[in-house]
Amino acid sequence: MRHIYLFTSQFASRRVASAVFRFLAKTLAMAFAASLSLGLGLGLAAQAAQATQTAVLTVSAASSLTNALKDVAPLFEAAHPGTRLQFNFAASGALLQQIDKGAPVDVFASADQDTMDQAQARGLVRAAQRRNFASNRLVVVVPSGSASAKAPRALLDLTEARFQRIAIGLPASVPVGRYTQGVLEAAGLWAAIKPKMIGAHNARQALDYVARGEVDAGFVYATDAALMPGRVTVALTVVTAKPIVYPVALVAASASANAALAQRFVDFLGAADAQAVLARHGFGKP
Amino acid sequence: MEGAWVALALTLKVAGWATFLNLFLGVGIGFAMARWRFPGRDLVDAALTLPMVMPPTVLGYYLLVLLGSQGPLGAWLLQHFGIRLIFTWQAAVIAATVVSFPLVFKAARAAFETVDPQLEDAARSLGVSDTAVFFRVSLLLAWRGILAGLLLSFARALGEFGATLMVAGSIPGKTQTLSIAVYEAVQAGQDDTANFLVLITSITCIAVLLAAGRLVPGRVPQRQ
Repeated sequence: MRHIYLFTSQFASRRVASAVFRFLAKTLAMAFAASLSLGLGLGLAAQAAQATQTAVLTVSAASSLTNALKDVAPLFEAAHPGTRLQFNFAASGALLQQIDKGAPVDVFASADQDTMDQAQARGLVRAAQRRNFASNRLVVVVPSGSASAKAPRALLDLTEARFQRIAIGLPASVPVGRYTQGVLEAAGLWAAIKPKMIGAHNARQALDYVARGEVDAGFVYATDAALMPGRVTVALTVVTAKPIVYPVALVAASASANAALAQRFVDFLGAADAQAVLARHGFGKP
Repeated sequence: MEGAWVALALTLKVAGWATFLNLFLGVGIGFAMARWRFPGRDLVDAALTLPMVMPPTVLGYYLLVLLGSQGPLGAWLLQHFGIRLIFTWQAAVIAATVVSFPLVFKAARAAFETVDPQLEDAARSLGVSDTAVFFRVSLLLAWRGILAGLLLSFARALGEFGATLMVAGSIPGKTQTLSIAVYEAVQAGQDDTANFLVLITSITCIAVLLAAGRLVPGRVPQRQ
């Protein structure tokens, strides 16, 4: 009797297990199919909506502009109903390479004149519509936790042994790195500081390295340093040989349907509303 | 172009160390998981496989939070030994090890599970110690599967990018591996350097795959 009971219960539990398994497999398959078709449907619907009413403007902008431009966007969209801005933030040099390789971009805002000059020389932007819309300052920041005695009082202090690692944007592609290299070369300190350099792929990455305390100091923009008041402390403001001025221009390859709108966005950046937002984020007049 | 050879040497060093560490970690944990029955075994197995399916940036962030000088482990290392892991080649090794670990672990577990327990019992009945049974029976029979897993993990470690960039940064000659050097060259518009680097990377990967093909199928003596 006991044997039979054991046998049947085992048999029953096996049947239950296989039924549960089949149910799970079926549910999973259905969920997968549903999410796939839903995703596809939503994507197509979104595309159709865009095609009929919304004009999408793609703006490639320097990382340091991230917060300010995200705040400018709703103002522009409100002033131009049926328009949507989509941003692509990265180091100016990386953005230039993307545009050079044919990325579908309408407006390009770089953190320095060099990068925009290169874009203009290669015919990637329309020179006639290029203008400056903001300015910034270069600062040296240290992690807020570090002792105040540790903060550098002059650039020369950075050559001391207590500064083992210094975050600097990669000069080949990141404008803030190029400004830094220029300043340090003029001061005759580049050779001494270069071995301590931890290269950052954009301005914000250098800030993050300092905020996490992984480097002893870093060269960042004043606007970026202001984003993390509790985590980084500004030790020095550095005067650059060339002023830090942000240019913006229409991309030559921008679709002709978008060109008029792109022009309006470039103009909008110079207008009072956008300038007020930029000023609130710490950017100066061009 | 000299920088490319430095990057290649560094990449091989990092991938080599990661594979070496995984030889012990993957084989040890794979053997334990194949032999021990305990509640929640499937959950542990899933957790150990996670690095294979999780985005490398998520792993990189976990490692950064854990090993960073403000993280629990990083702060401890800094305080007691003065070690700062982030931005060192050792950090790149840790990232590559974590990312490629499941490939060795999975292969080792599967290989150990195919070993007939009767053979191990037979050896034990002849008075052989457990350690000797592991090395002279289990490991010998599972060796081919483990080798295949190790080669795959070496290949995966060679190409590791996301987690490595987050914890080791991109310091030429120190932490700039081939994949990161390619990324940097493309961002800077140095197409000549990028072309040369991808050529070296491709040749290295093909060489590893060819070596794997020669080592694994049928060339390792089978003992049965």
